[in-house]
Amino acid sequence: MSGMRVKRGLAALAVGLLIGQGAALAASAEKGKAAFIKFGCWQCHGTQGQGSVVTSGGKVLAPDPMPFEAFAAFVRTTNRAMPPYREAVLSNEDLADIYAYLQSIPKPADYKTIPLLKQ
Amino acid sequence: MARKDPRPQVNRRKFLAGVAVAGAATAVSPSPDVANAATTATSLTGPGRAMPSAQRPSAHVAAVETATPQALPRAQTPDGSDFMVDVIKTLNIDYLPSNPASSFRGLHESLINYGKNTKPEFLTCTHEESAVAMSHGYFKVAGKPLLTLCHGTVGLQHASMAIYNAWCDRVPVIVVGGNELDAAKRPPGVPTFHSAQDINALVRDFTKWDDTPVSLQHFAQSMVRAYKIAMTPPHGPVAISLDAGLQQEPNHSNGERLYIPRYVPTSPPAGDYGAVREAARMLANAERPVIVVDRAARTPNGIKLLIELAEALQAAVVDQGGRMNFPKTHHLSRPATVIGQADVIIGMELSDYWATVNAWIDNGEHGHGLQESRIKQGTKLISISSVDLNTKANYQDFQRFQVVDVQMAADAEATLPALIEAVKAAIPASAKAAIEKRGEALRKAKVEGRERTLATAAIAWDASPISTARLTMELWAQIKDLDWSFVGSDRQMSNWASRLWPMEKHYHHLGGPGGYGVGYSLPASVGAALANRGTGRFSVSLQTDGDFMYAPGVLWTAAHHQIPLLSVMHNNRGYHQEVMHVQRLSNRRDRVASLGKTLGPIGTSIEAPDIDYAKMAASMGWWSAGPIKDPSELAPTLKRAVEVVKSGQPALVDVWTQPR
Repeated sequence: MSGMRVKRGLAALAVGLLIGQGAALAASAEKGKAAFIKFGCWQCHGTQGQGSVVTSGGKVLAPDPMPFEAFAAFVRTTNRAMPPYREAVLSNEDLADIYAYLQSIPKPADYKTIPLLKQ
Repeated sequence: MARKDPRPQVNRRKFLAGVAVAGAATAVSPSPDVANAATTATSLTGPGRAMPSAQRPSAHVAAVETATPQALPRAQTPDGSDFMVDVIKTLNIDYLPSNPASSFRGLHESLINYGKNTKPEFLTCTHEESAVAMSHGYFKVAGKPLLTLCHGTVGLQHASMAIYNAWCDRVPVIVVGGNELDAAKRPPGVPTFHSAQDINALVRDFTKWDDTPVSLQHFAQSMVRAYKIAMTPPHGPVAISLDAGLQQEPNHSNGERLYIPRYVPTSPPAGDYGAVREAARMLANAERPVIVVDRAARTPNGIKLLIELAEALQAAVVDQGGRMNFPKTHHLSRPATVIGQADVIIGMELSDYWATVNAWIDNGEHGHGLQESRIKQGTKLISISSVDLNTKANYQDFQRFQVVDVQMAADAEATLPALIEAVKAAIPASAKAAIEKRGEALRKAKVEGRERTLATAAIAWDASPISTARLTMELWAQIKDLDWSFVGSDRQMSNWASRLWPMEKHYHHLGGPGGYGVGYSLPASVGAALANRGTGRFSVSLQTDGDFMYAPGVLWTAAHHQIPLLSVMHNNRGYHQEVMHVQRLSNRRDRVASLGKTLGPIGTSIEAPDIDYAKMAASMGWWSAGPIKDPSELAPTLKRAVEVVKSGQPALVDVWTQPR
């Protein structure tokens, strides 16, 4: 990573940490759902954050998303399969809204209660 | 070579008979006109002679030009293409999917009339790419190649991507391209534009062998040789350029009786004895051996052999899915993550050993990705691959260079009996308890892994667009009591079918296109369903929308030839791989991806308007339904579709799905 990009990444991370859980709680799940589509999150994670072994390494975003601080840090600075979303692309407000959307997604039924999966 | 007359008003067989008669007469006693003409030509080219602008026609020439021609005797010998059919019939080829074309009209006519349209039966295709891909899918079920005729050059250009897929997927297809070779006799106009000196040059980089026979005897040898080369592992496509004139040449013996060489299969190459023993020693003494397979099981017997090897070692097996290699239900069937724990890995017929033991992450500031090893330092690598015997230079169907400790240029299935015997002999008695314990640990991991998979499948179960896990299991509920054959690909659907369906038989999973050329899945699934027809098997496919739109005319072929197939659409309304690529580059460059009026970045979506696949299918003779957006509607619709397919007809159900 170049020096400039490192600085930008750290700055973004700091902002993410500053907004923290409080900002996430104040955010809008409805707006977050729209942002989840607009910024392409759904492409790899599915419209409900269910993920895929092919496009998200099997990682599931919801229900029970990771703590906001870790979530924001990952989104801003990831150098893994997911491309980073820096603030120039995704504002802190949009990021908080997206997190609120993920928090709003209900838990799925236990697979043992779904006849097609009860094997 | 005898050539056909370009003038359309002349009956070709009468013309050829006339040529034969005239030729014989010339040889015995040249006519005065011929002799005169020759004399005149000689004198006219002499020095100092004036060149008249035209000569007066002789009486004979004038009569030929102006008089009503007498009926010429029909040649008593059959045309060459009848003999070609005799040759083809010895190879026991069941079908001939092709798009009709003038450059092989002679052979076409002989196939359907002289050959009675059986062995092979002509299947009308609307695109050469579909014809070759049908042959591709057919082989992976039937284990036999089909023959495809192509118009040279444009037909072969259409076919070329499907031939490339077959090359990468190590599948034998026999492609015969018609060509008007003789420029002096070639019909003017369209046939000229469709001719070339060497049509096989188009596909030479990704065929095992090609030829241009110049006599009927040459054709007989070329066809049998082509079949033999295509069917010798590593399998691959072959091409024959077939001159149009040769097809219509009278079948003269020329004093030498034509014969058809007998096809005798060539034994596949097995691994060197010393290398096999060394590999066995390494595997027998490993603490965590892992077997990785891609196209190892060429035949159903290959699956049995792999089970025997895996059980002897109680080694985890990672099936990369180029073929149905190993039962998904077996306790030793494990995901690719086990590679990281291995101390010895044996890879068999892998597309790419480097990518098996290394990860590449499409990220990083420099823009060309990050590389990471997936394996522990010191892990020993063994390879058995017949592809080492047949690598070409131009097309890069291999990855970065991977150093391997024991590398056998050999066919894996042919090598397995010797390897199993050597492994059993090499296992020390003291190791047997540890091997058994290793198997028990893998059995426990298998059960735990399946529970995790089922729990993941439950997420977004009621979502709309419909989750790919839900669609896969709704479909399973309708076919689980049938002798099913999964003839599509689940690669774009999070591999749910491979993870949740009990795939055990060779026709339960056929793998993908090989070369990732989009447009393979729809025609290949029709070809595979053709191979299943009449066996009592139920053919079912999961079909992506982008692939569907390359050459949907194969739907008509399936309906016309009554090929039963249930095709269930994974309609995510986009070229999803590209959706993510453009998003990735937008992020890398700190730009918001422009969506235009669709959900994906501009240029990657198939929306606005939404394509009605059910109507498309119905227009070509399929029973169809959809688009289905509510998951609760899946069960009754799929149930009806299954009944239609069981009656012998193709059916399509369009489903709006999650992206992957």
